[in-house]
Amino acid sequence: MKYVDEFRDGALARTIAANIFRAARPDREYRFMEFCGGHTHAIFRYGVTGLLPVRVRMIHGPGCPVCVLPIGRIDLAIGLALERDVLLCSYGDMLRVPASGGRSLLQAKARGADVRMVYSVADALGLARRHPDRQVVFFAIGFETTTPPTAVAVLQAAAEQLGNFSVLCNHVLTPAAMHAILSQPGGAAIDGFVGPAHVSTVIGSAPYEPFPRDYGKPVVIAGFEPLDVMQAILLLLRQVNEGRAEVENEFVRAVTRHGNRKAQALMENVFELRPDFEWRGLGTLPNSALRLRPRYAAFDAEARFGLEARPVADHKACECAAILRGVKRPQDCKIFGSACTPDNPVGSCMVSSEGACAAHYSYGRFADREAATA
Amino acid sequence: MGAAKPSTGRPLDIKRGRVDLSHGGGGRAMAQLIRELFAAAFANEYLAQGNDGALLPPPGGRLVLATDAHVVSPLFFPGGDIGCLAVHGTVNDVAVMGAKPLWLTASFILEEGFPLADLARIVASMAEASRQAGVPVVAGDTKVVERNKGDGVFIATAGVGVMPGGLLLSGDRARPGDAMVLSGSIADHGMAILSCREHLSFDAPIVSDTAALHGLIAAMLDSGAALRCLRDPTRGGLATTLNEIAAQSGVGMLLEEAAIPVKPAVAAACEFLGLDPLYAANEGKLVAICASEDAGRLLQAMRCHPLGRDAAIIGAVRQDPRRFVQMKTRLGGMRMVDWLTGEQLPRIC
Ligand code: SF4
Repeated sequence: MKYVDEFRDGALARTIAANIFRAARPDREYRFMEFCGGHTHAIFRYGVTGLLPVRVRMIHGPGCPVCVLPIGRIDLAIGLALERDVLLCSYGDMLRVPASGGRSLLQAKARGADVRMVYSVADALGLARRHPDRQVVFFAIGFETTTPPTAVAVLQAAAEQLGNFSVLCNHVLTPAAMHAILSQPGGAAIDGFVGPAHVSTVIGSAPYEPFPRDYGKPVVIAGFEPLDVMQAILLLLRQVNEGRAEVENEFVRAVTRHGNRKAQALMENVFELRPDFEWRGLGTLPNSALRLRPRYAAFDAEARFGLEARPVADHKACECAAILRGVKRPQDCKIFGSACTPDNPVGSCMVSSEGACAAHYSYGRFADREAATA
Repeated sequence: MGAAKPSTGRPLDIKRGRVDLSHGGGGRAMAQLIRELFAAAFANEYLAQGNDGALLPPPGGRLVLATDAHVVSPLFFPGGDIGCLAVHGTVNDVAVMGAKPLWLTASFILEEGFPLADLARIVASMAEASRQAGVPVVAGDTKVVERNKGDGVFIATAGVGVMPGGLLLSGDRARPGDAMVLSGSIADHGMAILSCREHLSFDAPIVSDTAALHGLIAAMLDSGAALRCLRDPTRGGLATTLNEIAAQSGVGMLLEEAAIPVKPAVAAACEFLGLDPLYAANEGKLVAICASEDAGRLLQAMRCHPLGRDAAIIGAVRQDPRRFVQMKTRLGGMRMVDWLTGEQLPRIC
């Protein structure tokens, strides 16, 4: 734990906070987006917001895999579990996301569908081996961090000729979402990104180079520890103040310019780009997600079961779309904390602890009234 | 759980035998299981009465009655097993009321096919825990369910204790300004179970803290500190317990993260599994709310007891109509410590 503790040290935090206060010019506001849900979680869990000057605002980005998956994709999984009698494996958080008609995988499970919570794709593969008589489908979600393990599982299933294992692939790409944030009309006005930690260990820092070059926005890649985030904020402030826009790497202990080539090769082997993919909040984005290559079609649940996602509108009152684009805050949603809570989520952002609404509800909402009365 | 029933000839084959449906059938096989396994281990004068219920002497005071069912998986874990857990859990429920635990009852639900050797180990551990606590098991029951309808063994225990005159400890008595004192490191039990289940191994093994707390509590009561409330933060962890008290008393709380003891290996396991130690179960810890001016002497009394060596003042009760539990993080920031959402860790106790 020593290794981790040094990144949560109160004295160091005070030093960085003091530097941030000194760097933040009093005559302007700074708006930085932390792309990753992991950073959102760290910011709330360690109370980083309270250590920043009010003129430095953190905007929560779309880097939460559970949050960005649109209802239509969850409907596919629920349909598979309820109507096609498959054994559907999913990460825990995914089970609670409301889909069409307020249904969820958890409800489907209660109604008798065989839905299993797994910790990794390897668990799903294990289930397929143990239940040769059942069709086992892994509901794969996530950015570039969770993609290589899915690729490994597909290759393993192919090597073992596991005819009863398939993947419902929803893997999405970080740079595509960052492009969308910066280029969409009515998008969030931001001054720079705190760049992903784990994703960057896989893809490297090079894929972020277009953002300073084409949009003039600095990117500072940061680890998931709270001090990493604070240090990244300081580096962003300095870039903005000096009129620089570069990719900087705060997370040098894990991230290189070109990332993990082996993991990239695995992904390249198993997956190809989808022409387009629907994201919650960001809409349909070209070249923003992956699907299995035709040579692995036998393990592609969409091919095996003839699935096609249909777009479904979010709940009327839900502001998840605007929150995921960075234009609204959780507390701007009218039903935040009343009709929508982590126990009874209405939108996807209230489900995962990396979701902006859930993080704000569980860790940060004490400040709402204090801010209002201050 | 009487003792005097006719013999079935051969003694129980504890080494190789297994539970079968006849062990719950009410006939000779059941009588033999009770006699040779349970009655032998728990031996005490009340159980020896051999009737449907135990006839007990008047305890001389107000009574506290508590009950707790145990379904932990795995049945054996570092630091304990379902047997001693079933004793400690109920003894602690009685003790945190401020009562002196006197007697326990135990109901066993056994699954057909369960090895008698494992059952004997569990019963021996339970008997040992009961002896050490000085709280005998005075009545019991055994049922057997068909294979795949149970999970080895479930144990439900109930406990009776007697309250010293005048004492009242209750979750609605916390007042702004009161101090919160924790008896030691958190999350040991929850992480011991989980690292067992996930086959994690760490440099230092994680051992459950399962223990009977009535000795420590007696020392705390003797200290003369003005105690408002005692709780043992089991399922849902410290966070859940504090939210319960805050809700009951209509107050807020402010914790100091840096003051809350977490063992390094436990912290590492939490980190690895992405869990917050504040929500992980404990089976041998308690949190006390007391008048702030008495916190020092309470702490001293606790630290003199082996189960309170690492006791610490972890925060204070404060006025907050929203009943929020908040925490100053090690980093210096502020966060909420909210109610747990959903059931994250099933079958931990
Ligand atoms: S509070 Fe709930 S409904 Fe509102 S934006 Fe957040 S997740 Fe959606």
